[in-house]
Amino acid sequence: MKLGLLFSGGKDSMLAGFIADKYGHDLSCLISILSENKNSFMFHTPSVSNVEVQAEALEVPILIKKTKGEKEIELDDLKNIINRAKSEYGIKGIITGAVLSVYQASRIQRICNELELEVFNPLWQKNQEEILKELIDNNFDVRVVGVFAYPLTKIWLGRPVDKNYIDEVKKLSEKFGISIAGEGGEFESFVLDCPLFKKKIKMIEFEDSCDGENSCRRELKLRVIENE
Amino acid sequence: MSKVLVVSLCNEKMHDLEFVLPVVDVLKKGDIEFEMKYYKDIINAEKYSHVIIAGTSLQDDSFIDNIDYFSWLKSYNGKVLGICAGMQVLGLMFGGIINEGEEIGYYFEEFNLDFFGLNGKQEVYHLHNNCIYNWEDIGFDILCLGKNGIGQAVKYREKEFYGVLFHPEVRNKNMIEKFVK
Repeated sequence: MKLGLLFSGGKDSMLAGFIADKYGHDLSCLISILSENKNSFMFHTPSVSNVEVQAEALEVPILIKKTKGEKEIELDDLKNIINRAKSEYGIKGIITGAVLSVYQASRIQRICNELELEVFNPLWQKNQEEILKELIDNNFDVRVVGVFAYPLTKIWLGRPVDKNYIDEVKKLSEKFGISIAGEGGEFESFVLDCPLFKKKIKMIEFEDSCDGENSCRRELKLRVIENE
Repeated sequence: MSKVLVVSLCNEKMHDLEFVLPVVDVLKKGDIEFEMKYYKDIINAEKYSHVIIAGTSLQDDSFIDNIDYFSWLKSYNGKVLGICAGMQVLGLMFGGIINEGEEIGYYFEEFNLDFFGLNGKQEVYHLHNNCIYNWEDIGFDILCLGKNGIGQAVKYREKEFYGVLFHPEVRNKNMIEKFVK
């Protein structure tokens, strides 16, 4: 089935796309919404240029829509861009990386229901540690590019999601109650490489910035390099 | 000792990850023996003490045209829980009529009697385009009636066949374990 992937550039949406590919579906396009509202419950795509680099590495076309992030308007923006993907790429459904958020999932379900599109949520209700292990087992290179909860600080930025990461974050989860996969917005992740990438991404430079000790983000400057 | 058959209605296999595996995860956590089968592959349901017919996606109603695959339900004597589309399967097998009735997201429903651990006002997760209104005419009791007149939880009078329109594998997971145990 021709499907569009709701894409933030992070681990969940990329893993969802990877699973869809394994099931034999056709990733016809990526769909990214960039919200100007940092507190949007719907969208967490941090950078236009970086999702464009990922799309280039995937060799999959991308549709990007900027939204002011006002509650109902951002849903209209989402509906419009999904409808555009339907007409331009002939998609029959949408894939999302939704895990636990009924807020996000139910709104996407309503929009796609109106557009008579299927919705696939392959990570829905999945154990968060299993999600991280699935990324590692399938050789995803996932980096932490944002931390937004105590006791996470700047030193977590750039860390790969690997076995050590899981062990450490599990301890923090037990002690402080944070979600190990960042489901509560504790972490923001970015996929630098995964089995779906046809080309490699190279990190040229990065810049870290913090609003407070437990609110830090890493801006990445990336470019695609041709495989040798 | 319970042995549970989890039935998939999903026309697209990837939907099993969303509608069937969360049910399976509850059984695994409860250390409950189970098997999972696609509805067209069920040969001998009698070897299972319980059957859970899981839901499917909003756009997938292919089971309606294939309802004859569930003819085994009429002679089955174990316990059945139909979830959302699975509830509609139970209704269709006993003469229910499918109507439009979209509900998506969290809703509050009122349970006057204990329903596998659900009591009083409970938040439930809905994801359906269709529903059945004529439950009482086809031999079912309505155990939870939604404000919109839609039966949210029903039981067949002659057997331990239960249906819920909401998705307990998303919210109220304990309900599934209580049904099985």
